[in-house]
Amino acid sequence: MSTQNLVTTPPLEPTEAIPASAGGAGGGTTGTGGAPRGRGQKSAKDGLRLGNILTTLVLSIGAIVMIAPLAWTFSTSLKTKDGVFELPPQWIPDPFVWENYLRIWTAGPLLTGIQNSLIVAASVTIVGSLTSALAAFAFAKMRMPFKNALFLGLLSGLMIPFPTLMIPQFTIFASIGWVDTLWPLIVPGLFGNIIMIFFLRQFLNSIPDSIVEAARIDGASYLQIFWTLILPAIRPALAAQFILWFMAVWNDYLAPIIYLNSPGTQTLQLVIANFNAQYAIQTDYPLIMAASFVALLPVLIVFVVFQRQIIESIALSGSKG
Amino acid sequence: MTTTINRRSRLHRKEHQAALLFVAIPVLGFLLFTLFPLLFSVYASFTNWNGISAPKFNGLDNYVKMFGDRYFLKSLWNTLFMMIGIPIGLVISLALALAMNRKMRGTTFFRTVYYLPVISSIAAVAILWQWAFNGDFGLINQGLGLLGIDGPNWLQDTATVKPALMIMAIWKGLGYAMLLYLAALQSVPRYLYEAASLDGATAWQQFRHITVPMVRPVTFFLIVTSIIGGSQIFVEINIMTPTGGPEFESATIVWYIWQKAFDNLQMGYASAMSVILGLLVFIITFIQFRLNRRNQFSID
Repeated sequence: MSTQNLVTTPPLEPTEAIPASAGGAGGGTTGTGGAPRGRGQKSAKDGLRLGNILTTLVLSIGAIVMIAPLAWTFSTSLKTKDGVFELPPQWIPDPFVWENYLRIWTAGPLLTGIQNSLIVAASVTIVGSLTSALAAFAFAKMRMPFKNALFLGLLSGLMIPFPTLMIPQFTIFASIGWVDTLWPLIVPGLFGNIIMIFFLRQFLNSIPDSIVEAARIDGASYLQIFWTLILPAIRPALAAQFILWFMAVWNDYLAPIIYLNSPGTQTLQLVIANFNAQYAIQTDYPLIMAASFVALLPVLIVFVVFQRQIIESIALSGSKG
Repeated sequence: MTTTINRRSRLHRKEHQAALLFVAIPVLGFLLFTLFPLLFSVYASFTNWNGISAPKFNGLDNYVKMFGDRYFLKSLWNTLFMMIGIPIGLVISLALALAMNRKMRGTTFFRTVYYLPVISSIAAVAILWQWAFNGDFGLINQGLGLLGIDGPNWLQDTATVKPALMIMAIWKGLGYAMLLYLAALQSVPRYLYEAASLDGATAWQQFRHITVPMVRPVTFFLIVTSIIGGSQIFVEINIMTPTGGPEFESATIVWYIWQKAFDNLQMGYASAMSVILGLLVFIITFIQFRLNRRNQFSID
């Protein structure tokens, strides 16, 4: 399951006792980091600049610490098998062994791993997003009996951690012969994702009901309304949730390790874990690091490309809660 | 159900049918993959079951056995111990968020860099930190060597294996907490600081009496979600210390459940432990929902 990380709504708004803006519309954006103004413009400005320089320095050191393990991985992946053990260690490999990135494809089922991960992540998120969006539409914009009870029931599922469910889930799938296939990873996701339903429903609440009602009067069916009105309207929220879900499924490890044991069915994360176990004995660390880096890369690229949407949806979609 | 609907107009009935159809799929998924497994876990926890033959009812045996099982108690202790990293991570995250809340160049870049570990696959992260913690050639000990410190063999040493895993967890989670803190800081009304500084409050007093209370809901949210996440640590252990670490020092609850269920095929016993874990997470989540009213969504 992809919902191991429980995400509920972070409460980001200030408490109600204090009005949200300081008289002026939207609050001033002129203030800087809580630095007091009006103690003589010049000295305050100098202090600010010094503060900024110091802050940048500290953040830069922090950034180096954050990036170092990733950089070290990449550096190791380009070394020779023996170059890894050189003391003092070289940050810039000499020579560059790009060949490691060719060896990984024959050293293990890396390609089938990528294929399997793609199959699982794509089918789960594409179908699951549609089913989630449909349900969110119904929960936000349609009348139905037991609506709140059903919604709360679904939400309560978030309180149950996957490890509590994994043993019976395994037995269910084992009884229909699905162990060592991708089905147990795909099928539960097709039924939708309650986190996504929750956020899409929140998003839809900000869209006026009158749109749906007008379309009804014009004779559109609910499916037509969903397809032509709702889906385009929720597209930004849907896209952000889609990306987050895709990354979660792509990075999942616990469910795959339970179900998959033959190399041909393993997902990428299992393949690199097996690389790690297998080639550490032969101390072929460049190979392990090259494979791990290849596993990291797609998600890093997706993140850098879509980072504005991703970060906004993490930081802000919760504030509507 | 139908009798109440019959009295309403045909239009409403059509809407009800369509709506129920739309939510039917997730509801069915919930019944099949959450509710049924949950009930089955509870049932299995009262049985002796190897996953192959039929479960045999054995009452509370599993639960009694659990609290005499020193491996279980050790995993429980390890899991709780590693949560010490949570407040440390939060303090660093808040400091970072404060630093990034300034109007200056490069904050977007820093935000991206600090966030990279969050979206990285935990399997890959575990592999690269295992290498970084290598006693002789790892990045950490190389760095310590520059300072003249002879670093331990982190993952093989009973004293350092848990701190090592905590360092990694802090590194991975920092960006997420920082992002939420940053969003919270940006929603603090500016005039509060202006008024405070006019009254002569020092920067520390402003931080202590404005910033900290204003971000408290986020702190609370992060503590709860981190505890829930922290109670389910598995991947790092499975990859970095496949046997549960030196003298079982890094085994966690989920790792132990997984091992008992799928290695030793003691599925009844493992179910009992998973029920205890579920109960723990449920209680923490429940407290969150109850205590933090701001966190509740409105039901229309």
